Amino acid sequence: MAEELFRRTFQIEGGDFENAGERSAEVTMILKDLGVDPNIILRVGVVAFEAEMNVVMYARRATLTFVLTDQEIMVEVADDGPGIPDIELAMQPGYSTASDEMREMGFGYGLGLPNIKKNSDVFSLQSQVGKGTRVHSIIRLMSYG
Amino acid sequence: MRLETLRDLLTCEVLAGAEDLDTEIETAIAADAMSAVLACPHLRGLLITGLTNIHSVRTAQVVSLPAIMFVRGSRPTEATIRLARQNKTVLLSTKLGMFDSCGILFSHGIRGGN
Repeated sequence: MAEELFRRTFQIEGGDFENAGERSAEVTMILKDLGVDPNIILRVGVVAFEAEMNVVMYARRATLTFVLTDQEIMVEVADDGPGIPDIELAMQPGYSTASDEMREMGFGYGLGLPNIKKNSDVFSLQSQVGKGTRVHSIIRLMSYG
Repeated sequence: MRLETLRDLLTCEVLAGAEDLDTEIETAIAADAMSAVLACPHLRGLLITGLTNIHSVRTAQVVSLPAIMFVRGSRPTEATIRLARQNKTVLLSTKLGMFDSCGILFSHGIRGGN
């Protein structure tokens, strides 16, 4: 049974480009302070940042939950956005519905969800059109190096 | 390569982190799309970009890149510089374009990493 060492929940506001990424940066700082392997922190950072940017770009609000146990790190982002009609298509690298404005911000190139999956040991995406999307990622502490 | 060597090589202006120019970088990644940076992060590498908004610094912070070099003479916003100072991210700006900047660094041993 895994022992929970740390849990934190953050609120993310859709459209808040100014503060986008702040929660992910905070998560990586917490992990650095706890002395977690830098390669693990890198993967958690990518997962959290991409998920956070997706909320800022597409949803109204979301909750980011971050849990550290002695075995793994869980990042879950649940939003109340428009949902994803075709998950298989959304997972294809390069597929994006982003606007030019979003691309000017450096995001919206269709790499977000593939990046999250690539950096996760366990990945799941559930979405309902008109209701929202839930991204769940687990990164095992022993999976790297 | 030390950042101070890079500064001299590409005639960079230092916009933040002048006290950290003894930092060593071995790899670099060049992109304006931050998702491309997140797709193949380079631990302790240099980010070369034309993206001057706050997300360049946030991206560098999240994937532990110690320095950003802006190309084409781009200057980041004040908010970007402020955040970089807070996070101790070195900001450099060169008048060279991205292609020439990458070529010069490659010829001096900097590689793209994995």
